[in-house]
Amino acid sequence: MNKNDVITRLSEVFRDVFDDEDITVSGSTTSADIEDWDSIEHINLIGAVEEEFGMRFKMKEVSGMKNVGEMIDIICERGTK
Amino acid sequence: MKELEFPFDNKYIMRKRKSVRKQLLSDGSLRIKKKIAVLGGSTADDVISALDLFLLNFGIEAEFYKSEYNKFYEDAVFGNPELDEFAPDLIYIHTTSRNLTMLPESPAETEEQVNLRLENQFDRFKQVWVSLVQKYGCPIIQNNFELPLFRRTGSWDGWGISGTAAFINRLNVMLSDYARHNNGFYINDINYLSSVIGLEKWHDTEAWYMYKYAMSTSVIPELSYSIACIIKSVYGKNQKVIALDLDNTLWGGIIGDDGVDGIEIGEETAVGEAYSEFQHFIKNYKNYGIILTVCSKNEEENALAGLNHPTGILRPDDFASIKASWNPKDLNLAESADELGLLPESFVFVDDNPAECAIVNAQLPAVHTVHAESVGKAMYTLSRGGFFEITSVSEDDLKRSDMYAENAKRISQQKKFENYTDYLLSLDMHGEIKDFTPVYLQRITQLTNKSNQFNLTTKRYTQQEMEQVCAMPDRIRLYGRLADKFGDNGIVSVVIGRCEGDTLHVELWLMSCRVLKRDMEFAMLDELVSQCRDRNISKIMGYYYKTPKNNMVSQLFGAFGFDLVEQSENGDSVWKLNITGYENKNKVIKVNEKENIYE
Repeated sequence: MNKNDVITRLSEVFRDVFDDEDITVSGSTTSADIEDWDSIEHINLIGAVEEEFGMRFKMKEVSGMKNVGEMIDIICERGTK
Repeated sequence: MKELEFPFDNKYIMRKRKSVRKQLLSDGSLRIKKKIAVLGGSTADDVISALDLFLLNFGIEAEFYKSEYNKFYEDAVFGNPELDEFAPDLIYIHTTSRNLTMLPESPAETEEQVNLRLENQFDRFKQVWVSLVQKYGCPIIQNNFELPLFRRTGSWDGWGISGTAAFINRLNVMLSDYARHNNGFYINDINYLSSVIGLEKWHDTEAWYMYKYAMSTSVIPELSYSIACIIKSVYGKNQKVIALDLDNTLWGGIIGDDGVDGIEIGEETAVGEAYSEFQHFIKNYKNYGIILTVCSKNEEENALAGLNHPTGILRPDDFASIKASWNPKDLNLAESADELGLLPESFVFVDDNPAECAIVNAQLPAVHTVHAESVGKAMYTLSRGGFFEITSVSEDDLKRSDMYAENAKRISQQKKFENYTDYLLSLDMHGEIKDFTPVYLQRITQLTNKSNQFNLTTKRYTQQEMEQVCAMPDRIRLYGRLADKFGDNGIVSVVIGRCEGDTLHVELWLMSCRVLKRDMEFAMLDELVSQCRDRNISKIMGYYYKTPKNNMVSQLFGAFGFDLVEQSENGDSVWKLNITGYENKNKVIKVNEKENIYE
């Protein structure tokens, strides 16, 4: 999967989940950068990303990702759509 | 909003819920406000956020209280000041098989030991319900229990002494028994829901380990929808009518082209068998008080011929209104609504033609449409759509279809009289107007919660609140029941007034639209005045609170002879009547003359 495509689609998912049209994610984005990104929204975000890219995160990835860059790497490796 | 109607896209709802919520809140519709406490045995955040959306779409704006994680038992049994202060209108207990603490462990256990486990497990939940009813006296919705995904011993798990599935099935029966014997206690059947979705899809063990969600987050909207349907039913927002197309919906083929002998209905062919099952499925809705109508593009003569097909199941007199003409279907449907005195939003329209569904959708957006692509799909959508979620069955529900059929006869008789009063007198009407009695309380509450048009204050009451009103000495309560030579209309009107010194304040005044123009409202007023005199009350204050649906009664107090005291900009008004010189207004209904008015 092309990394730039992943970033574009991922930004779209973030905009929907946080209902904020101004969000553009990059590899260095973290939960501190997005106001509503708390543990509850994290669950919803993970679900929406999994659905968008047709893949599942492993349990330790869900709680272990330090920034969106790690998320992008996992998607590039395992995304199916 | 179409996105929130069944069948919906779970993933879309979860992903877009924030913007969907904003859209709903800004659509300008008026909603009733309710406080809902969710006591969870597992994480409930997403359950609540999806429930919030579905309720908004059903016209209910909810404020939520959420118990701390897995504190449902403590909150209920030991009390919680925060919950007390919240004062819930309704409580949903979000527990699942993950909260079962007394599951059998070993096949070495005796039947008595397992029975004891079952009783203890049931009692733990019963303690929660009893305590909540004592504290809050409000409706309670309780999940039953879903089957687990895993089983050690194959089918044995479903019947063996220590089987988990066997234990859960027995527990579910105990819950159902309890629900049948306790008003205001409702089961949310997640056992059905998880089965229909598929246990493999329902369960997500990782969601439990990571977030303590007791089911996959992807099925949460389905769960929330199921809860929302029960809540909407409790607050009287169910649909009431199924409007049916005929050709290729109730039978195979086109009656106008194929003739009575050419259409398929009955056991001879597979297609005929499908339509027989469908007609039977639909006909049984009548037993629950759901009204059936026909909405078809056809010659009326052909429509009737089709409904009289020798192997058909639905007959012309099963329908309260038959509209078969070449008019657009939205017009036919609106005509039926007028005839029955119901709003378009009470209708579910079923048609095999997607274009007809689209037209009705566009012209009458409040009508729910079911595209009957096949018989199976139509029955499935009716099953899952939640249009006719039943939370109680009153005596009136059992007779409703007959009542509407009787109304049709009254209308045809009306045409024979030139003078309307003569017509009313010819009906030989008898009324029963009395204080509430326990046997009628369920129907009184039901009518109170679903009357929208002839309703001056649109105040809603739960069964428990109505019971409290019954115990208040300062209230005058009247129910009105009306029968005539064509049949009994059952309880059709409810009035509640609060006495304060020499004044009565009318808190509730409503009437079923099926007895409009029968002077029943005058009979109610006469009785109210008479009871006021008994209590030395000299004036009655009437209140009209405007809603989008109750315009028909905006001038009712004026017609009663009240004086307008105050007219607010928002359409509300306050009225006053001095009853000293009041003379009875009803001349056509004989009130409280017969012991039993339908004999």
